[in-house]
Amino acid sequence: MQSPIIWHTFFFFLFSFLACVFAVAVLVTSNIVRMAFFLVISLGSTAGLFFLAGADLVGSMQLMIYVGGTLVLLIFGVMLTARSPLISMHTPSGEWILGAIVGGSLLAVLLQIALSPKAWQQGPELPPAAYTAVEAGTPAAAELARDPRLRPPQTATKLGLGLLGERVDKLVVQDPTRRAGMSGYLLPFEIVSVHLLVVLVGAAYLARARFRVSD
Amino acid sequence: MSLFSQPVGVSHYLVVGAVMFVCGVVAMATKRNALGVLMGIELVLNGANLNFIAFGSQILHREPARTIGLDGQLIALFVIVLAAAEAAIALAITLNFYNNQGTVDVDRADDLSG
Repeated sequence: MQSPIIWHTFFFFLFSFLACVFAVAVLVTSNIVRMAFFLVISLGSTAGLFFLAGADLVGSMQLMIYVGGTLVLLIFGVMLTARSPLISMHTPSGEWILGAIVGGSLLAVLLQIALSPKAWQQGPELPPAAYTAVEAGTPAAAELARDPRLRPPQTATKLGLGLLGERVDKLVVQDPTRRAGMSGYLLPFEIVSVHLLVVLVGAAYLARARFRVSD
Repeated sequence: MSLFSQPVGVSHYLVVGAVMFVCGVVAMATKRNALGVLMGIELVLNGANLNFIAFGSQILHREPARTIGLDGQLIALFVIVLAAAEAAIALAITLNFYNNQGTVDVDRADDLSG
């Protein structure tokens, strides 16, 4: 019997195909303007993969900060330095061969690790009631309501509380040694906030235009 | 289509993350334009982020209690913020280099070599 298409899987393959193909395109093209454009598509498809994994806040942050902020900054850099000899800089073929050897062996190691554990190879099956019409109030409807894939993930509140030091997903940890490490992310959040402020002030200081008075 | 009738697991995400990571590493090593090196770094960080999200996802794992939970998404948020900071500072350095040397070729940045 032909098993039905899972649309989650279909969209996963669509977005992962876009992400991988345009990541390879970033690697093989030597035109810096095209690289920036391919990178936008690759990182946007990664945001789609985040949504499909149930990380809705991280996916929208990826779209807003990464694609909307960091890459716009990169494209500004490309435009500010785009003189004709710098747009297309070719790598010598010896370095390509060396890079292909190193990258190929790294990819082989990573793929072997990614594909070896049995528990990772396949996700949880959807309950069979997901493929049929279900009346409200039946046990099948209750089972569908419990399935995390059929519910909106709603991670924004949990992540915000986690950044403030409260872990709503791990309220009870039995092991006292593991409990000590469950204290949330308030200190890293403060550190990264101050770090971002200092870095942006430093970047503005570094990149400012200098007008020298010639004598 | 039997390809689309299997539920997606953690391995699928790890494969995509590995491909993006390797593309980024090779781009960092082979590009001569400093902005191309920066784009390779962005690809590496995104491949790593994809792994964090996959390990923390309740959807992709057969036993949701054995995922790393919200830690994966929190670390991914920190990575995104740090990548923004890193891109800002690297771009400032690149523009300074361009103003001083008139090029963005990383092979020409050899003033400090003996």
